[in-house]
Amino acid sequence: MSSDFKPMSVPELKEMAKIIRTDIIEMIHEAQSGHPGGSLSAADIVTALYFRMLRVDPENPGWPDRDRFILSKGHACPVWYAALAERGFFDKAHLRTLRKLGSILQGHADMKKTPGVDMTVGSLGQGICAGVGMALSGKLRGKDYHVWVVVGDGECQEGSVWEAAMAGNKWHLDNLTVIVDKNGIQNDWFVAEEMPVDPLNDKWRAFGWHVLEIDGHDMAQIVEALETALTIKGKPTCVIAHTVKGKGVSFMENVPAWHGKAPTTEQAEIALKEIKEAA
Amino acid sequence: MSVNPSVYHYVRPEIIERLDRDDPFADVEKQATRYAYAEAILEVGAANPDVVVLDADVSKSIKTNLFGERFPERWFNFGVAEQNMMAAAAGMATTGLIPFASTYAVFATMRALDQVRNSIHYPRLNVKIAASHGGITPGPDGATHQGQEDLSIMRCIANSTVIVPADSVSCKKAIWAMAEYEGPAYISFTRDPVPLLYTEDYPFEIGRAVVIREGSDLTIVALRDLVAFSLAAAEALAKEGLSVRVIDCHTLKPLDEETILQAARETGAIVTAENNVIFGGLGSAVAELLVEHNPIPMERVGVRDQFAESGPYLEVIHKYGLDTPFIIEAARKVWVRKQAFFGGKHAVSSDHRSVSPTPSGA
Ligand SMILES: Cc1ncc(C[n+]2csc(CCOP(=O)(O)OP(=O)(O)O)c2C)c(N)n1
Repeated sequence: MSSDFKPMSVPELKEMAKIIRTDIIEMIHEAQSGHPGGSLSAADIVTALYFRMLRVDPENPGWPDRDRFILSKGHACPVWYAALAERGFFDKAHLRTLRKLGSILQGHADMKKTPGVDMTVGSLGQGICAGVGMALSGKLRGKDYHVWVVVGDGECQEGSVWEAAMAGNKWHLDNLTVIVDKNGIQNDWFVAEEMPVDPLNDKWRAFGWHVLEIDGHDMAQIVEALETALTIKGKPTCVIAHTVKGKGVSFMENVPAWHGKAPTTEQAEIALKEIKEAA
Repeated sequence: MSVNPSVYHYVRPEIIERLDRDDPFADVEKQATRYAYAEAILEVGAANPDVVVLDADVSKSIKTNLFGERFPERWFNFGVAEQNMMAAAAGMATTGLIPFASTYAVFATMRALDQVRNSIHYPRLNVKIAASHGGITPGPDGATHQGQEDLSIMRCIANSTVIVPADSVSCKKAIWAMAEYEGPAYISFTRDPVPLLYTEDYPFEIGRAVVIREGSDLTIVALRDLVAFSLAAAEALAKEGLSVRVIDCHTLKPLDEETILQAARETGAIVTAENNVIFGGLGSAVAELLVEHNPIPMERVGVRDQFAESGPYLEVIHKYGLDTPFIIEAARKVWVRKQAFFGGKHAVSSDHRSVSPTPSGA
């Protein structure tokens, strides 16, 4: 791990999350295509992971003993790209090439093109299964890395998510933590009306997981939950993070239409101003 | 030299008169065929109360949510759960409903393929699979959302019918035809806008390819978005003295063997053009037919053995070898091969034998 990196404090993480949100808006505005809502809802969680929790080395992204991170809801990869760039995995200039021909930043994250991306994602309900595989391999080879996976609550409608949940229980994967970005909205509409997944906490518990429930925008709660997850032994942990889709940009918050739509220049300016001036 | 409109059938005059321009489709009316489906299914649903629409959380993108607004009791959004949607559609069909199940091509033909094969096609149930983002039309989303194999996969399943409209006019007619057809049928739409090519009298019939441009030197058999580019290619080749037939093969399966074999007989050389992998799709189907009946020179334009990438639609299909210059190049190649193959003996009609096109290196 590069020596000059120090895990951030909660106030530092809060500042970093603002930078990540700024990158997300700029990136999607420049591309005029992409998914702002689910990127912003996961921004605090992903910031806490990359700037405090993950043992990774931007100089050596393929380091075999690194912690793994998979954004299973791969359409939200702008938040991933922002975190990787700010953490030094690649030059920030790449962020402006999102979704353009020849870019290292694909519309859905591609492990063969982007340094630091541990798994190719985009088809929902598969990243979490790959996380099970990485965790099983860690157990088999006696490695102490931890596998972190972020899934969407809409994504939890895919049967394969629950196949992964069964496997996590069977093999006691305490080296695997799944964080559900429970923002209540999917592509078409509100999850509770389109295809209810609640009670999510009871479901994960019934599948044999240790379940924590937090406010996914309260940095202190996020950090505490992620640190707790590392101490739970004998079973995997699921952190249900209650979030707001579009968090940080008033006109995007809790509005299904902002799932997969780029802001106009005027909207992007307002969004950036709100992010900058937020407490 | 201007375009000769008399060789065209069912192509809108606005299209024909622009075909010899550098960028013939720049300012013509366009629509993604997914939206033509969303419009047509409203009318089909109004006419037939047995028609139901199933979605898997991309209804906003296909605009089948409009069907949900109009016929809320006949619209079922399964959430992000394509496998359940397909097998549920099979169950509905057993009771006499006519389900149209919509999602993206990759998820319809790959995520839920086992359900599509074993629960829909094996029992030959009356399920219509309406898939958007076919081929590499969803440019910016990248490879995970680019359904470049959907036609090949659907074609190899027994009992399947595979339809791939080139524009919105033919797409709407296809939706009506599918609703009337008894049995499973798959239709694939473009995510990106494609030119409105046809006049309202375009004769859509499942399994009946349409000759949209007459020609005697060689034939381009095309489908999906490459039909438009094939017309532009034919016009560019006309400037070089070649008379090129263009066939819109909107039904990949069952293949219209008669129309294709006739073209093989009459023109002696065939190019296939598809926005789909070159394995198992239109190029394969035509090659299989020719090799058994009339093995004349043939070239294939299609996605080679690779995944594409994110980018604007037109830039991506150019980078991956699918647009007009590549069709022109394939046609020149097949023309040269035809000369060698027939040694000048193929019965040809016209007057401009002397012009032999040179590869442009495009
Ligand atoms: C298997 C699959 N089906 C459909 C899609 C299209 N899609 C992209 S995002 C999305 C909704 C996801 O909702 P959720 O997991 O709640 O994500 P978030 O709200 O956090 O962005 C859908 C259906 C996909 N990417 N993969």
